[in-house]
Amino acid sequence: MSEAMQVEVNPQVVKKHLAHHFDTMQQQFDAGKLGMWLFLATEVLLFSGLFCAYGVYRALHPQIFQFAGLYLDPISGLINTIVLLTSGFTMALGVRFAHTGNRKGLSVCLILTMLGGFGFLGIHGYEYFGKYRQRLLWGTNYHPTVAPDGQKLLPAVGLIPPLARPKPIEAAPWHHLTLMGKRGFNVVHSNLAPAPIGVQGVVSKAKLPAPTGPYSQPNNVQIFFGAYFLMTGLHSLHVIIGIGLMLWLLIRNIRGDFGPSYFAPVEFVGLYWGIVDMVWMFLFPLLYLAH
Amino acid sequence: MSAVNIPPKPKLNYLNCDKTIRSWLLTLDHKRIGVMYLISTLTAFFVGGMLAEVIRTQLLVPKGLIFHATKHMSSFAAYKHYNQVFTLHGIIMVFMVLIPIIVAGLGNVVIPLMLGAKDVAFPRLNLISFYLYAGGAVMAIVSTVCGAVDTGWTFYTPYSITTETYVCFMVGGIVMIGFSSIFTGINFIVTIHKMRPPGMTWFRMPLFLWGIYATSIIQVAATPVIGVTLLLLILERVMHIGFFNAALGGSPVLFQDFFWFYSHPAVYIMILPAMAIISEIVPTFSRKHIFGYEFIALSSLAIALIGFLVWGHHMFVNGQSAELDTIFSFLTFLVAVPSAVKVFSWMATMYKGAIKLDTPMLYAISFIILFTVGGLTGVILGCIAEDVVLHDTYFVVGHFHYVMFGGTIIAFLGGLHYWWPKITGKMYNETMGRITCVLLFIGVNVTFFPQLIVGAEGMPRRYASYLPQYQGYMIASTVGAYIQLVAFLMMAGYLIHSIFRGRKAPDNPWGGATLEWTAASPPTHYNFDDTPLAIEDCYDYSYIKYDPAIDGYVRTDMPAKPAEEPETAPAHG
Ligand code: HEM
Ligand SMILES: [Cu+2]
Repeated sequence: MSEAMQVEVNPQVVKKHLAHHFDTMQQQFDAGKLGMWLFLATEVLLFSGLFCAYGVYRALHPQIFQFAGLYLDPISGLINTIVLLTSGFTMALGVRFAHTGNRKGLSVCLILTMLGGFGFLGIHGYEYFGKYRQRLLWGTNYHPTVAPDGQKLLPAVGLIPPLARPKPIEAAPWHHLTLMGKRGFNVVHSNLAPAPIGVQGVVSKAKLPAPTGPYSQPNNVQIFFGAYFLMTGLHSLHVIIGIGLMLWLLIRNIRGDFGPSYFAPVEFVGLYWGIVDMVWMFLFPLLYLAH
Repeated sequence: MSAVNIPPKPKLNYLNCDKTIRSWLLTLDHKRIGVMYLISTLTAFFVGGMLAEVIRTQLLVPKGLIFHATKHMSSFAAYKHYNQVFTLHGIIMVFMVLIPIIVAGLGNVVIPLMLGAKDVAFPRLNLISFYLYAGGAVMAIVSTVCGAVDTGWTFYTPYSITTETYVCFMVGGIVMIGFSSIFTGINFIVTIHKMRPPGMTWFRMPLFLWGIYATSIIQVAATPVIGVTLLLLILERVMHIGFFNAALGGSPVLFQDFFWFYSHPAVYIMILPAMAIISEIVPTFSRKHIFGYEFIALSSLAIALIGFLVWGHHMFVNGQSAELDTIFSFLTFLVAVPSAVKVFSWMATMYKGAIKLDTPMLYAISFIILFTVGGLTGVILGCIAEDVVLHDTYFVVGHFHYVMFGGTIIAFLGGLHYWWPKITGKMYNETMGRITCVLLFIGVNVTFFPQLIVGAEGMPRRYASYLPQYQGYMIASTVGAYIQLVAFLMMAGYLIHSIFRGRKAPDNPWGGATLEWTAASPPTHYNFDDTPLAIEDCYDYSYIKYDPAIDGYVRTDMPAKPAEEPETAPAHG
């Protein structure tokens, strides 16, 4: 951000915090900052691996994402977004206070940011709990019984061992097929009448008669929940680490370590928290607005 | 901030300034960390090498000499052990030897010295990297003791999900080693950016630093992907998350994409530092300015960038679309161009130079020859029509051993011999060094050239037994492996001998012009008494003259020390 960030020169601070192999505090700060940016780049890359997997599966099986996305509650996602953004703001403010040497301000900001982090985790934990109760889990643990709109749901076809799986039959007019992509179209149990069911019924609700009787669902919805838990889980782990870092900063701040001539750790944790925010800004639309 | 000048009392250097074990294990000194890396990677190399000898011995006879059906064991059970042996060989050599050995081993020692700096940018992170590496190695050992992995070093799904061997531990260990590699990369990028001495602009940097810089970029940019891929593999086994499992709707081919997205750039993590070493050795021993400095420097970056876009050449026969095949094939050809630029530049440097055939130079020449064979066989494989036939044959095995062994390991050995006097302060026996290098060169070719032939004739890789018609080539290959073993034992002998009995090394035994040769041999704890200036051209040998009195080289026109301390802020970039 501010490559020209100036570090004030203060002989006492230099004695305490300058490592032997650097010449000036400024050099040490610049080196640390570049290192932090590089580290954050690897963090982004770590997530982008998962985003790629998401993209590949979404391109191959759009119907899974359209169906499963309905299970997620965009409102709670939105609240979490706001909570996290606010905490990002308080953190940025804290960094500013560190530059200007406002110790009390920094402490307050760190505490507020931590509270934001906890709030985020709380809401998220509640969401996880709901998913667990509905058995909306990954892989072989995916056994929901209720459709997104509360209707009864047939067991997922994807979990029947491949050999025993009934042959898919066509259940919707051709234009629906193209809409879904051909591959997504092995949806229904053979003992069901070919009717507008499953994801077709959900997507084009307006045009087709409302589905009656038990719901069917696309194959392999568990992939979506695998992605959901993996990506949000990894992100939450980063939030937890971030809270730990804030605590560390808070203790050091109370001890009086930071001031206009030494604020590198605050600055770096601030950058980290910014990336945590940013990753969420991608996760939110990809998962919660997937339908 | 130079340390107070202590008059030359008893000579303390980084090796003997503090001799406690604790001072080694908790050291923040880049040289000691480098030495610890060298010791551990060479230990891993020894283990991996012995496994290789087992593999080659097995293949002496078509049915297999070591693992074969007996009264008590079916051939299936016996051959499974063979799978475990070659898997371990591959994992150890790739992740524990080739990737860290030059960058983290030699690089740690040499980079700050070349920069005239006191240390790398983040010494503590450096130590953490080392312990991550060590922890990864421990995990690998645990996995091997409990149930050695038999998937091949590529861990292809679905077999890696279903095998009952201890994949999770092994893969977890590799993730740790991956993080070690990421942290090393970050450390070196920042070091090269922020700690260059006054006067050293980007285009005055020694080429070794350019090579390491490009390598570090790859390490930072590619390794997180293998990290997340292998973590997914663990989750797949533990939680059945289904990403790579077709039965749960996932895609095994996605694993291959992810794996090669890292592992192809990873081969450049191995070869770029090797090329960087050669770019130092060749001009020093030709006593001639490097030819095409900018081309060598920038071709490293070009290789690093294009190297990210070629991973699909490992998947030509795995159901990739024809359009993708074509693109990947084209990009694969493209990446060979910057490699060739380097080879030509080295040759042009040697042309009409006053070449001294000391041991490091012999290794450099071996490298150029062997890498050329390896690179050209790579181009052959990059051609789709040929790869369809040659994929998964011994031809591929021959190709990557020419580049990995003939390239990376040979260049590492060149670098080890080049900087050995600097690291240990001792000279090894030059005659023994030359004999060993020639022997090794012969051994490498006898081992791997027959593999190219037998692969072209259709022998598949990773098999514990083979058709009798291939036996002649297989025996030749095994003999070559034994020759290499002899060469390595000789090398271990004279290197260890030199530590205890070797002649004391002068500060500049080869006449190098880069900054590390201005430090003492071995360097002091803080490397230099004053921050050195880098105002001369680091490939200008005209003023570095041989002095028979010390059997080393000295600078004849040391620039007069400026009266005042120079501006200490380094060039920022
Ligand atoms: C001129 C540059 C190079 C080209 C064009 C090239 C091309 C290729 C191609 C097309 C393959 C796939 C063969 C197959 O599986 O069918 C391959 C495999 C391989 N290459 Fe290269 N290569 C080059 C340099 C290198 C270097 C420098 C290294 C390592 C230091 C390397 C290591 C490997 C390895 C390890 C494999 C086999 C991986 C496996 O399947 O186990 N290559 N190369
Ligand atoms: Cu490749």
